[in-house]
Amino acid sequence: FSVERGTSLAARSLIAGALDQCSPLTLTSLTGVRHKSQGPSVEKCGQMRFITAEAKASAGRLEGKLREKTLTLDTLNPQVKAVEYAVRGPIVIKAGEIERYLEEGGTKPFSEVIKANIGDAHAMGQKPITFLRQVVALCTFPELMDSPSFPEDAKRRARRILQGCGGHSLGSYSASPGVECIRKDIAAYIEQRDEGVPSDWENVYLTTGASDGIMTILRLLVSGKDSSRTGVMIPIPQYPLYSAAISEMDAVQVNYYLDEDNCWALDINELHRSYQAAKQHCQPRVICIINPGNPTGQVQSKKCIEEVLHFAYEENLFVMSDEVYQDNVYAPDCQFHSFKKVLYEMGPEYFNSVELVSFHSTSKGYTGECGFRGGYMEVINMDPEVKAQMVKLLSVRLCPPLAGQAAMDVIVNPPQPEEHTFKQFHQEKSSVLGALAEKAKLTEKILNAVPGIKCNPVQGAMYAFPRIFIPPKAVEEAKALGMQPDMLYCLRLLEETGICVVPGSGFGQKDGTYHFRMTILPSIEKLKVLLGKVRDFHIGFLKEYSGLE
Amino acid sequence: RYLSHVSVVLTMDTMNPNVKRVEYAVRGPIVQRAVQIERELKMGIKKPFTEVIRANIGDCHAMGQKPITFFRQVLALCSYPDLLEDGKFPEDAKSRARRILQACGGGSLGAYSTSQGIEMIRQDIARYIERRDGGITCDPDNIYLSTGASDAIVTMLKLLVSGEGMSRTGVMISIPQYPLYSATLAELGAVQISYYLDEDNCWSLDISELRRALQEAKKHCSPRALCIINPGNPTGQVQSRQCIEGVIRFAAAEKLFLMADEVYQDNVYADGCKFHSFKKVLFEMGLEYSEKVELASFHSTSKCYMGECGFRGGYMEVVNLDPEVKVQLTKLVSVRLCPPVPGQALLDVVVNPPQPDEPSYDTFIKERTDTLATLAEKANMTQEILNQVPGIKCNPVQGAMYTFPRIHLPPKAILEAKEKEQTPDMFYCMKLLEETGICLVPGSGFGQRDGTYHFRMTILPPKEKLKIVLAKIKEFHQHFMAQYS
Repeated sequence: FSVERGTSLAARSLIAGALDQCSPLTLTSLTGVRHKSQGPSVEKCGQMRFITAEAKASAGRLEGKLREKTLTLDTLNPQVKAVEYAVRGPIVIKAGEIERYLEEGGTKPFSEVIKANIGDAHAMGQKPITFLRQVVALCTFPELMDSPSFPEDAKRRARRILQGCGGHSLGSYSASPGVECIRKDIAAYIEQRDEGVPSDWENVYLTTGASDGIMTILRLLVSGKDSSRTGVMIPIPQYPLYSAAISEMDAVQVNYYLDEDNCWALDINELHRSYQAAKQHCQPRVICIINPGNPTGQVQSKKCIEEVLHFAYEENLFVMSDEVYQDNVYAPDCQFHSFKKVLYEMGPEYFNSVELVSFHSTSKGYTGECGFRGGYMEVINMDPEVKAQMVKLLSVRLCPPLAGQAAMDVIVNPPQPEEHTFKQFHQEKSSVLGALAEKAKLTEKILNAVPGIKCNPVQGAMYAFPRIFIPPKAVEEAKALGMQPDMLYCLRLLEETGICVVPGSGFGQKDGTYHFRMTILPSIEKLKVLLGKVRDFHIGFLKEYSGLE
Repeated sequence: RYLSHVSVVLTMDTMNPNVKRVEYAVRGPIVQRAVQIERELKMGIKKPFTEVIRANIGDCHAMGQKPITFFRQVLALCSYPDLLEDGKFPEDAKSRARRILQACGGGSLGAYSTSQGIEMIRQDIARYIERRDGGITCDPDNIYLSTGASDAIVTMLKLLVSGEGMSRTGVMISIPQYPLYSATLAELGAVQISYYLDEDNCWSLDISELRRALQEAKKHCSPRALCIINPGNPTGQVQSRQCIEGVIRFAAAEKLFLMADEVYQDNVYADGCKFHSFKKVLFEMGLEYSEKVELASFHSTSKCYMGECGFRGGYMEVVNLDPEVKVQLTKLVSVRLCPPVPGQALLDVVVNPPQPDEPSYDTFIKERTDTLATLAEKANMTQEILNQVPGIKCNPVQGAMYTFPRIHLPPKAILEAKEKEQTPDMFYCMKLLEETGICLVPGSGFGQRDGTYHFRMTILPPKEKLKIVLAKIKEFHQHFMAQYS
């Protein structure tokens, strides 16, 4: 065993490759020669591997002068530069490269890359819900209304959606808040979900996936300078859309830590601590909650939600509740409680004053229709003048995609027991959710059997976020390479097994702890193989870095 | 804690001030009033008209234009692949749907695509651009799919905005302009630099006006980008090749990043006018320019003969973008995961339509030709009828989908508008809406020279309806003039 092994050539080239994603500075661009494909390549990795940050900066300036570009890294919007989004970050770009390499006949110790980095259910083989796709197809090509192979239930829904569309076509713009009849269906659905808590359809806004809604609300909220700048409280670990949006808007990120020892529960004392600390340098005005949790998979208890809402009420915070995984609850002792319903049950003093926006999406649940970019938000107690401003802001982008709106409509208005399509629909839905529950359990169980990996129960959502022990030697090596230890770990995992997971540092974690996020979406067979490989890799990794003493 | 009952977190006072400054007339107060009137009509309230006609927005299908059959067939097949077994669908539609699905994760439109857009579709777009531009190469890696063109325009502007005070980014936009530009600049806190199009000269772009606007702006900001809309929205002019060359030379000399909004590239009606892409002209001007000028050009599924606005499909091509900035661009778009995949699929069929040897070719060509011919006819008719009205003066609608006539408003009407705290053309359009049900957008929403007034109307209503709309406007205008003179 050589001491050098940790920094073997293979590891270094792959690490340089990852850095290369961040700043593909190349010799060709230095000399001003135009090159066609700007995609990073192995040669470029070699050239930039040993460039220091300082050298890079001065080279950047030189380059700017020679090429006289208007838009360079120096002149780029600094807030854009600050944005980070690990779910599609360097490790995923590296995975794409390896895939291409394999396609072109290259050899690796594995035959395919398994992307467990993103909650992309269909890409992992989950089948779409037949009824949903039938309705979308009918809306897209209404000549199919005459086809006997489509059920009446689907035709009825398609007709209704098309009647709500300008010129009865999915090709027309909708009103910026969304198609009116779809907003009404959503409000009815929310009322039903919340057992009668009233929902006003005019408070419902369709969005381009939930991300779009979250960005819009944050955009409204960000104002002030220095110590009056808006602070946004987000959980750590968090889904990095939040940190990315906060960077882009130059707001202040206020971290509250979830309690890993307690199944990632939200501790109200920690909220107080975080709020008080933040007040010293910014004005905390928003609290974001993800329930069920991403990446942490916990499902909040009703009591915990009450505490959060009470806290928001006391401290005058705007509440954003990200509830896109509301149908993804697996643990038998857990139940999804919507923030809206809990708020209502706390009484009119709360229900009539706390400003709350909750988000939902077509991308998760049992449908997994990410590509349609469907979603909605329900806005409660928003100042009417601000609401008018929001509608104006939404109108600049015209409208959310109509196909996504149609998909959303089917989700909130699915086949009913008396309809012919109910049986098949119900079967498909249960089978998807049943498989997810099984995989959630399996993942937790296998990971917890590995020494040095500790995984909380996956109560809901679509991810496991296990804590991994990384030996000090590996931590040191990562530091020497200028990267996070869990990034080193995940890159090695990718390079050696083809499994693509996202390092915990991309979501945030307590200092000195390391994690990764993996989805539970691969098919059961594949997931078993994957978990087996993770186990073998982890044991090998521990051995390699502990045996060098 | 007595305060918490009354204190709202998010109010007009505490909200993002940049959002407050955003204005977007195309869906502004007049459109909100139109929606109200529609509801009132539904409730049985009597009006001097029976329906609201929305000529405020370029929404073809809402105005009765039929979708291209082939496009919708492919999309239906992609949405519900069981239809691939259906004998009623033509083979060429099936083969395209299969090809698109193969490029999607898990063979499903429901999977996320890469954030830049599906690679195969980017390759198809690149080949389409090469054909359009007479063989000038296009690298698929320079193509970014987007959620409509608007999304890509906002993204590019977002990258460009930086600096404080004197060094704050200034962006040159035409006046009149499509208000997405002014709205986005307001939201990003960038400086809007207005250059005026020459109304007396068919809304053409004059380089000396560009120079004037730039010199003035340099005193208070750092001009870094120049936006062009060609064919023009709302003004309908089609730029000559010579003019485009002038713009490119100007951008090169002044080191401006060029943004070319070319979403109406298939909508050219006037004899003697032709669409020239900025990319093509740039590359034909020689290496001195083609290796230097940074250009982003935008296209969309919403306009042209497709009119598929609801699918929110679009793309941009970036040329000479700094490789490091490109990495930043890719990172930024990744936060929003991906553009809607049905819109991407639609774009693929638009750039890869039926070929002469394929079964759907004849129908496709007929549908496309009919749509464009009808638009040309309506462009002509609109201009002709409006120009017959005393006090209305309308430039030829050479392209795009709008007319932007100048209207003469009597001083008395201007006075009354001021009393109502409305711009005079808003006053005019509001009155038109209340009396005739016709919904137009006042020129002030797009920008115009001080003391001039306009409105924008689409040429999209079906011919018979358009005739009625124009006749009603004529009658209204005459009545309005009589009332206020």
